[in-house]
Amino acid sequence: MRILYDSLTGFWRETAKTFKILSRNKMGLFGFFIVILIILISVFGPLLWPPEASANVAEINKGISARHWLGTDFQGQDNLRKIVNGGKDIVVIALLTGVLSMLIAVVVGSFSAFIGGTVDSILMEFVNIWLTIPKFPLLAVLATVLSLKNVAMLSVLMAILDWPALARQVRSQVLSLKNREYIEAATMLDFGTPRIIFRELLPNMMSFVAISTIFEMTHAIYQQTGLVFLGIVPYSSANWGVMISAAERRGVLFNPQASWSILAPMAAIILFQLGLVSFARSLDEVFNPRLRTSV
Amino acid sequence: MTTITTTPAIPRRTLSNTLQKITSNYLLQKLARALFSIWLVTTITFFVIRAMPGNAVDILIQELTAQGVSPEDAKNQAAALMNIDLNQPLSGQYLDYLGNVMHGDLGNSYKSAGLSVTKMITQVLPWTLFSVGLSLLITFVLGIALGAIMAYKRDTWIDHVLSNLAATLDAISPYLIGLLAILLLGLTWKVVPIMEMRGAMSPGMKPGFTIAFLADIFKHVRVLLLVYVLSSIGSWMLQMKSNTVATLGEDYVTVARARGLTDGRILTAYVGRNATLPLFTRLAISVGFVVGGSVLLETLFTYRGVGFLLARSISERDYPVMQGVFLIITVAVVFANLLADYVYGWLDPRVRISGGDN
Repeated sequence: MRILYDSLTGFWRETAKTFKILSRNKMGLFGFFIVILIILISVFGPLLWPPEASANVAEINKGISARHWLGTDFQGQDNLRKIVNGGKDIVVIALLTGVLSMLIAVVVGSFSAFIGGTVDSILMEFVNIWLTIPKFPLLAVLATVLSLKNVAMLSVLMAILDWPALARQVRSQVLSLKNREYIEAATMLDFGTPRIIFRELLPNMMSFVAISTIFEMTHAIYQQTGLVFLGIVPYSSANWGVMISAAERRGVLFNPQASWSILAPMAAIILFQLGLVSFARSLDEVFNPRLRTSV
Repeated sequence: MTTITTTPAIPRRTLSNTLQKITSNYLLQKLARALFSIWLVTTITFFVIRAMPGNAVDILIQELTAQGVSPEDAKNQAAALMNIDLNQPLSGQYLDYLGNVMHGDLGNSYKSAGLSVTKMITQVLPWTLFSVGLSLLITFVLGIALGAIMAYKRDTWIDHVLSNLAATLDAISPYLIGLLAILLLGLTWKVVPIMEMRGAMSPGMKPGFTIAFLADIFKHVRVLLLVYVLSSIGSWMLQMKSNTVATLGEDYVTVARARGLTDGRILTAYVGRNATLPLFTRLAISVGFVVGGSVLLETLFTYRGVGFLLARSISERDYPVMQGVFLIITVAVVFANLLADYVYGWLDPRVRISGGDN
């Protein structure tokens, strides 16, 4: 009990300290709150404010008004309401892809660094080759031919395509940590590679893992909205990416009156991406003190 | 005066020695890697198009049968389009396919009947090479200049403004930047006539080295160039800034200052060179990123390049074209990488000697 209590208070103290440093970085804190807000709205919003079932012919392509804060789209539906309901796919795919690809990358990258030798050089040669292949066209072709059925399958495909770049970063991170004294001590005590990786190494590179996961998330958002724009993956009708491409196809780009129905989902995606990136950058500053004081 | 006499060890010419020399040669290593990636992609596309359940050939046969073609004819037509002998075992088909690809034979289009995929690609490839190449050049030069300025003026307002701008541009998807450009430049401010800019050149324009032609293709490509540059310059600026800051702390820069060299000389001969070198390895990844983005951006701007062709073949489910264009895109990117590697090896002999691995 005592140990549990100690570790919990220790964890709490560390988190509080992190937030204290984080709160000094206004951009980072802002980004963090934006991300949390978007996730909360996307998860709970649809329950409180479900999507409109039918089109509203009387109010097609209206601008901003007291009734419609972000105007209405080509079906006369409220843009703000569609934004609230359209975030779930984006958030789920971003999270799933980020976590999955990082998971593969951590396992492969750290084992590669630990085993070394021929296995390591073959793996890294493969990663280098994989990096030269243009990912987005490959993803587009694969997604078309495989005709993915749902959000999870798309995430898995993106994770499979994206992990090698992350694995290389994990590997170099592990290589630099590997020669620290506490790792050498653990090796001498013969703890075994899995335990050293998961108990000793990973906790010490958590910040790096978090930052890379976040960057992968923004990349997944980009790829997913791109696939929607190409018409490869229409999942639910109300998704920010679908909103953009539907508006684009309805010729909104040539109709100034309707520009709100394309600006609103764009703003939502850009806010989410900016929030994620500025949060990641501030995490970088918190965990890499070298960056905090300018060189 | 003492003379040191050493007998240099003469390396024996054995087969393994020669082999080792070849494998440790920087340029050969890179060439082998490039060829291997092309083979890998060719193989992946073959198996995706041909061998997976629900693959493209089966779908093609189904579609043709649905149009009223008899199953036997449908199979023959599909085989002719994809340039595949369906009666052979998979391994034989694979070898045939590899042979065809090496001869530049990529099959025929399914939707635009009778048009060979190779011909379709050669018509559009120059436009993508032109727009992507030019934008990479502009981004590289501009990114290096701005990054160096940020490093020299670090912690002043210039640095803060540029850093935040770079981070913001880096975070936003290229295709959203493209949409914003159309909305702002074409619709709100009406600076450029977006409608007239469709295509890579105006209809009726004769290609050639005339001023009118060059002005026309520039008119069509300018917004696309702007979007390419904006969407990839952020990471160059940030990278160049951190490289320059690191280089400024090096001893040889301090020594150069102590020797009283002018700031301009230090910037060009000492700091600039060493800070720019690592960026060449990033060029490789950037090429793939920009070409990947061209699938979306060329479609958005109706700029008839390779990316546009890929997007159209995807939406029409024109599998032979899709497969061919994807292969060409990959080959182009891989060779661009190879070129970047060669330039890097030429600029920085250290990598050539140490074998080229980081």
